[in-house]
Amino acid sequence: MSRKDQDLINRIAEGARKGRISRRDFMNYSAAAGLATAGATSLWTKSAAAAPQRGGTFRWGIHDGNTGDTHDPGTYVTRTMIFLGHTHRSYMTMINGDGSLGPDLADAWEANETASEWTFTLNPNASFHSGRPVTANDVVASFNHHRGDDTTSAAKALLADVEDIVADGEHTVTFKLTGGNADLPWLMTDYHFAICPANDDGTIDWRSGDGSGPYKIDSGEFGVQFSLTRHDGWHGEGAWFDNVDIIVLNDPNARQTALVTGDVDAVSQVDVKTMALLERDPNIQVFNVPSAGAITMPMFCDTAPFDNVDVRNAMKLAINRDEIIEKILFGAGTKGNDFHHSPAQPYWPDDIPQREYDPDQARALIKKAGAEGITVNLSTADSVSAGAVDMAVLYSEHAKAAGINVNVVREPNDGYYSDVWLKKPFTLVSWGARPTPDVMYTLAYKEGAAWNESRWVNDRFNELLLQAKAELDDSLRAEMYREMALLARNDGGTIIPFFNNFVYGARGNVGTPDELAASWESDGGRAASRWWFTG
Amino acid sequence: MGDLLRLVLKRLGYGLLTLLVVSILIFFAVEMLPGDVAEQILGQGATPETVARLREQLGLNQPAVVRYLQWLGGAVQGDFGISATSGDPVMDVIGTRFVNTLFLAAYAAVIAVPVAIILGIIVALLRNTIFDRVANVLTLTSISSPEFFLGYILILFLAVKANMFPAIANLSSGMDLGELLYRTFLPALTLVLVVTAHMMRMTRAAIIALLSSPYIEMARLKGVPPWKVIVRHALPNAWAPIINVVALNLAYLITGVVLVEVVFVYPGIGQALVDAVSKRDFPVVQACSLIFAATFILLNLAADVGAILTNPRLRHPK
Repeated sequence: MSRKDQDLINRIAEGARKGRISRRDFMNYSAAAGLATAGATSLWTKSAAAAPQRGGTFRWGIHDGNTGDTHDPGTYVTRTMIFLGHTHRSYMTMINGDGSLGPDLADAWEANETASEWTFTLNPNASFHSGRPVTANDVVASFNHHRGDDTTSAAKALLADVEDIVADGEHTVTFKLTGGNADLPWLMTDYHFAICPANDDGTIDWRSGDGSGPYKIDSGEFGVQFSLTRHDGWHGEGAWFDNVDIIVLNDPNARQTALVTGDVDAVSQVDVKTMALLERDPNIQVFNVPSAGAITMPMFCDTAPFDNVDVRNAMKLAINRDEIIEKILFGAGTKGNDFHHSPAQPYWPDDIPQREYDPDQARALIKKAGAEGITVNLSTADSVSAGAVDMAVLYSEHAKAAGINVNVVREPNDGYYSDVWLKKPFTLVSWGARPTPDVMYTLAYKEGAAWNESRWVNDRFNELLLQAKAELDDSLRAEMYREMALLARNDGGTIIPFFNNFVYGARGNVGTPDELAASWESDGGRAASRWWFTG
Repeated sequence: MGDLLRLVLKRLGYGLLTLLVVSILIFFAVEMLPGDVAEQILGQGATPETVARLREQLGLNQPAVVRYLQWLGGAVQGDFGISATSGDPVMDVIGTRFVNTLFLAAYAAVIAVPVAIILGIIVALLRNTIFDRVANVLTLTSISSPEFFLGYILILFLAVKANMFPAIANLSSGMDLGELLYRTFLPALTLVLVVTAHMMRMTRAAIIALLSSPYIEMARLKGVPPWKVIVRHALPNAWAPIINVVALNLAYLITGVVLVEVVFVYPGIGQALVDAVSKRDFPVVQACSLIFAATFILLNLAADVGAILTNPRLRHPK
């Protein structure tokens, strides 16, 4: 073994120790460095920080479950179903702990030159819990569930540019798009796109709860509890626990008590108000993971006074983000910069100056716009996020220093997203994490998008959005996203105070990878297959 | 006895009428809530197109009155429809939940009713002593605190500090009765604390009110010991108001446990109702509400029948 190989192996081992690389990559790199598999396996076991162990029943206390939940992946909406979906079903691809894209059901994928046709090769070892192998037909049927006129899937919009999905043999599926989309493999990590067994007529069997994920459902009741056991034929790496119990604990106090008393091994959400107290308990670990989920404050760009870009920018300068993160989030957030692209997403531009609280400049802009003494209504409700109304009140204090009167309107919690959002000119909105900037911008910033919550129209931005979408060259793409971020920041109609962190907790005897996925709560929704008991 | 039967039938008839009115009120109350089930199912992911499609599938395009009459037509034949969110028959959705609620209510009642009545007799006997005062203060304190607060206090001391009982009452199939009773002890105890004061105070008051009657004085004068005066002479005449309060509290044990269910994560019918309201799942809301209304109607009827049976004057009217 040459000196260079030894160096490489040392670096790989270091990576394994820090949990930066997966076992699969480790084996591949080690083989490349000329190490035999047996040697690599023992090196992996020795290096990896805390080698995962098999066994035990993992009891996961989860927030947000409802008696009316169903196994229909098209209407997954509660955190319980999203977590369950990642535990008993498989997706085509997955976002790894380090933020990179990795394989789940699809072993490999490639695009044609214009990124308008993608071919995915399925893992031949994948099987449903019923024993049947997962084939290309199941994938086609599962995606068609979200397409067509009859679908009621909430993910329909994401597949709008998919023209056709064709199975080629048992293990190859081709997606034909109307235009280029370099992000399609990322898009497939959306929690709706769970693969279900196909029926003969091309529909899917979602009712039975059969899936090809790491655990199979033994019993369960929606809104209450699910018990699962390991699916021995699972195609992936991990699934260390023998059994997983998912217990719906909607009440924050119940969740916290259950974690403290050891009635559960981990909880999906910790109240930020008591986060610091929990951290003091030596038997409990609290995870605080920066995410791509955000609070936005869209202003209608076609409605006075927000039709004036100076007013919009004054509103953005009049918010003290640091104080909001400190007082509302207790530190569990990342400062926003008025473009909806988080450091937890790929292509994040790191050289755009942070917009700070500057009431003087805000006042000057208001003056320039001739809008002195301006009063605006900000609609919000506590159901948007914890402390949403408090945050709006705090903002109205900040804005006062800039001569802007923000009148906080407390709307009913129920029906906020059907009656207030997209209807009132200035609102407070909570966005879940989306995997890529393209998805986020296409959903909520593109001209004509159903959820263009700020009614912002910028021709250059829309042009770049289409270009970047089909661009397979990463550095060119990053450059485009940088320019779009600047446009949104300086011309757009959305204040982004912060990206919220995912805050969850576990008992001390739960082992986790060093890096927890930022793509979704609960380690990308995959804690059940990625975590283990240390003893 | 014929009179009693006639009374029961008449009251049941009125009860059905009450249920009909309740069902109308509930239906239009759910209608008036902002948003409908299609929007709630799709959540933030709703687009006008998918909402329209889902409304069509759920039959929400018809006018409200037509939908109500359709539901009513099914309900009078014993078919309460299917849950709009899960697509399962309503009875499947709430069946086990209702059994769970009944179990918890029965568990609490079996402890609370004897304890309250015996305590009530004892404090009537020892009225105006320290024991009376302490029992009154304690029970009044527990009834004056919101039940979720009582629940948290019990969790803090008995689950977190002493680690004697589980903090959450999650049930799984295949538990034996002993484990079931153990896991659900804290929620049951919370309910016991909430309902005891009312029944105990009424027992005490009813007995004390009788103690100044001439026949009690007569009993005392002939040398009957004080406990016997109360148990043999006063109690039989005090049953009517006590039974009324017991019935009201039993109804409360079934219909008022939502907060306790939330705090202890107990899968009862209250939680199902809250979930259904948040999703605008009308058939489930309606079924839960009717169960609650029927519970009140039947228990009130039982209380009246009980009052009649314990009172010879009412049992044999002239």
